[in-house]
Amino acid sequence: MDFLTAQRWSPYAVGIAIGILGSLVFLLSDKYIGCSAAFSRASGMLERLFRGKMVDRKPYYQKLPPVIEWESLMVVGVILGAFLSAILSGDFTLQWVPSKWSTAFGSSPFLRVAVALVGGIFMGFGARWANGCTSGHGISGTLQLALSSWVASVCFFVGGIATAMFIFNILAPRG
Amino acid sequence: MLTKVHSNTKLQFVIALITGLVFGFLLQRGGVTKYEVIINQLLLTDFTVVKIMLSAVVTGMICVHLLRSFGLAQLHPKPGSLGSTAIGGLLFGIGFGILGYCPGTLAGAIGNCYLDALVGGLLGALLGAGIFAAWYPRLKDSILRRGCFPELTFPQLFKVNPWVVVVPVALMIITLLAWIEYTWPSNAMTIRDILAF
Repeated sequence: MDFLTAQRWSPYAVGIAIGILGSLVFLLSDKYIGCSAAFSRASGMLERLFRGKMVDRKPYYQKLPPVIEWESLMVVGVILGAFLSAILSGDFTLQWVPSKWSTAFGSSPFLRVAVALVGGIFMGFGARWANGCTSGHGISGTLQLALSSWVASVCFFVGGIATAMFIFNILAPRG
Repeated sequence: MLTKVHSNTKLQFVIALITGLVFGFLLQRGGVTKYEVIINQLLLTDFTVVKIMLSAVVTGMICVHLLRSFGLAQLHPKPGSLGSTAIGGLLFGIGFGILGYCPGTLAGAIGNCYLDALVGGLLGALLGAGIFAAWYPRLKDSILRRGCFPELTFPQLFKVNPWVVVVPVALMIITLLAWIEYTWPSNAMTIRDILAF
C-alpha cells in the first residue's frame, strides 16, 4: 500500500482519476464538478448574517441563491480530502508563507496574506464575471466541448501567466 | 438517466461530499494544493497543472460522451459572451497569478493547512464574489452581454456528430501531452509505480 503514503502521484494518474470522477458526477448527479459557485453562495450567506434578508433580493442572488447546495458540500469535501491526503503522506504543514514567495519577497506573513487577499478578490470577482473557474470551465466545461469554456480557459491562463511573470520576473527584488 | 438517484436529495448530498473528498485527495496528491506548483506552471517551468487538467479533460470527454451516447447523461454547457467569458476570464487569471491558487486548489490548500490560503485567499474570494453580486445589476445588461457566443458546443457549432470532434481533440491533447512530457518530464511517482505497489 505504498501508494497511499507516497507524497506525489503521477499527474496523469491524478488527471485520469479526476476525469472518471467528473464523469461519475454527470451519471449519478446530473451535475458537473465546479468550485467557484460555492464561494459565491457562502459569500451571500455571510452577508445575510450582517445585513439580513435584503441580501436575498439582490438580482445576482435570485439567479444563484445563497443557500447550501450540492457544490457547497463538494467544496467542504475537497478541504477534508486534501487534509486526509496530507496527513496520510506526512505532507501536512502549518505554513504562512510559501517558500517560493519568501525567496523572492521575504518571509513576512503580513505581506503574503495581504497579497493573497488582493489575489483572492480578483479571483472571486473574475470567477463570477466569467461564470466559472478552473474546475467548472477549465475541466468540466472543456470536456463537454463548450465554446464558452474553451475561451474562458485560454483567458485564465493568459491572465495568470502574464501576472505571475510580472510578479516574479519584473517585481521580485531577489527573484 | 438515473432520475431516481438524481432526485434523492439525501443521497445527492452524500455523493457531493464523497466527490469532494476524492477530488481534494487527488488535488493534494497531485501536488496542486501547493503555491509553488501553481506559480511554476504559470511561469512555464513546471507543467504539473496542465498535465493533470489535460488528462482529466481527455478522460472525461470520452467517458461523458460515451454516457451520453447510451442516454445516461446530458451535457450542461455554460452560455457565454466575449464581455463575460473573456474579460471575466482575464480578471480571474490576474487573481490566479497573484494568489497562486484557484477556487478548487484554494479549498485543497486550506485542507493542507496553508494559512495564506485560509486567511488571505478565502477571505478575498468571498469578498470578490460579494463585490460582483453588488455590481451585477449594473453589469448584466451592458458588458456581460457584449459579443454573445452563437452556439453552445463545438459539435453544435459545426453541426456534426459529437464524436467527429471528440476523437481529433483527444488525439491532439494526447500528442500535446507527449510533447510536454518529453520537454518537461515528471519526477513524481509514475502510474507504473502506483500499479506495482
